[in-house]
Amino acid sequence: MGQAEDLLAKGLAEQRAALDGGEVSPGALVDASLARIAAKANLSAVVSARADAARAEAEAAAERIASGEARSALDGIPILLKDNIVQAGEPATCASRILENFVSPYDATATERLREAGAIVVGRTNMDEFAMGSSTENTIHGEAHNPWDPSRACGGSSGGSAAAVAAGLVPVSLGSDTGGSIRQPAGFCGVVGLKPTYGRVSRWGLVAFASSLDQIGPFGRSVADCAATLEVIAGHDPRDSTSVPEDVPRWTDALDGEVGGLTIGLPEEYFVEEGVDVGVLARVREAIAAFEEAGAKTVPVSLPHTEHAIATYYVIATAEASSNLARFDGVRYGRRAERPEDLQDLYLRSRSEGFGDEVKRRILLGTYVLSAGYYDAYYGKAQRVRTLIRRDFERAFERCDLILTPTMPETAFRLGEKSDDPLSMYLSDVYTTSVNLAGLPGLSMPCGLSDGMPVGLQLIGKSLDEATILRAGDAFERLIDHHALRPPEAS
Amino acid sequence: MSKIGPEDVAYVARLARLTFSDEEAKAMARNLEQILDHVESLDALDTDGVEPTAHGFELATPMRPDTPAEPFDPALAVSNAPAAQGTAFLVPKVLEEE
Repeated sequence: MGQAEDLLAKGLAEQRAALDGGEVSPGALVDASLARIAAKANLSAVVSARADAARAEAEAAAERIASGEARSALDGIPILLKDNIVQAGEPATCASRILENFVSPYDATATERLREAGAIVVGRTNMDEFAMGSSTENTIHGEAHNPWDPSRACGGSSGGSAAAVAAGLVPVSLGSDTGGSIRQPAGFCGVVGLKPTYGRVSRWGLVAFASSLDQIGPFGRSVADCAATLEVIAGHDPRDSTSVPEDVPRWTDALDGEVGGLTIGLPEEYFVEEGVDVGVLARVREAIAAFEEAGAKTVPVSLPHTEHAIATYYVIATAEASSNLARFDGVRYGRRAERPEDLQDLYLRSRSEGFGDEVKRRILLGTYVLSAGYYDAYYGKAQRVRTLIRRDFERAFERCDLILTPTMPETAFRLGEKSDDPLSMYLSDVYTTSVNLAGLPGLSMPCGLSDGMPVGLQLIGKSLDEATILRAGDAFERLIDHHALRPPEAS
Repeated sequence: MSKIGPEDVAYVARLARLTFSDEEAKAMARNLEQILDHVESLDALDTDGVEPTAHGFELATPMRPDTPAEPFDPALAVSNAPAAQGTAFLVPKVLEEE
């Protein structure tokens, strides 16, 4: 293996040091990444590669770095974007037939900030259509595979971004999380994934699914790499009126390895034997013991409305989706049906031919819960229950600094196992959706294996307090080296 | 127990500008009924006097100074249009001729 290939498998700090020390060029690192993307095409993690432009940008990065003017921790580093985060001149299919030929005329704010920081986008990752799904099976690009076991799902909806980082195609990538779409695939693929506080990262240029829940965040092979990436993409953006006008802390400086003095809340509703994989519970309990041994205190907390999170989420998310996806009408962009009889026929057929089944199901459900006579009973009710869920967390955080849970009640399921049963797919998001409903930051990180598959540990923070979950997560990595476990090379 | 039939699907589909075959409508009706049954578990909660939450982070509507700026390039704005004429989007004729 060459030096650049070796380096690609390492973390951002090692890559930075080698680039700054002149041991390897950004061009060599980008080429190594493109070669690995091609070699791992069987995972279907990457849906479009960006070679020529990336190589040209690597040349420019090389000049900056040589003159000691590296712009950030990410200057000259190859990264991947989920296919719903737009980049000027590049496709953004959102894994949908309706956007098959779309080319973005502008950069998302997150993309723009990464590029200004010198990061080099080498391609776009597979996902569930319009971020609706938990398996990266609802996609026009072919189902994605888990690098740990290709017969299993890599999770979703940001499955490609998680699989790409797990398989070593890039050190970091971006995804989006509406109900768990970063944390669940991070858990399934044994990498770190962070959903920041709602509003922390601008949604400008993120193709909207559920606007009150959507949030962009990073994947990495360590907590430190996620923190460094978040520092680049976070911050107020006047183009997103829901973007939080708060300064961006230096999260990487907070990673001091200390957990002494931290109080970790353990929600009793999440630690039930029923419906949770035995191996998952065992690994999470070992993690709790490790935190306690390192000096953290644990306290039981209660989140009594947990059992209502999924129902609340699927009303609110589908209602918002039905409204957001109304923009796909075959007029301004996207697929248009051939030879429409009139404007109504153009709308009907463009949408019906362009959207996949899961997207149609959610548009129907969202339209139903917003329709005359049902609005108050479903949508109004769900918004009130959302308040109760938010209050549960506020009350729990009076007693602790962060909350620890499994990310998922199970490890990665087999491809096809749940595709005929939408409700069962939805129900497994029980630990992740309430975090979006409450707008809180959530981190998923590896905490060991169960039957050879990674188990995800979720750390939930107070609003705007990414610092505490990043610090605790980084400290956990130093205690137990689970994040160093890599999938078998054979996959 | 919600009762969703293919005729409900047809009604909602019309609102959402979607069409389904009879077979698809039956399958969608089954899925929706199952999901709405689960959603009805929310009815057990007393939410009288509870304020609704609309967003993940409470923010007042942000204001900005009303200053002129460069608009988005109209040529770029129509660059993805399935049919365009100059900087206009083309659609089938909406009004009948006299």
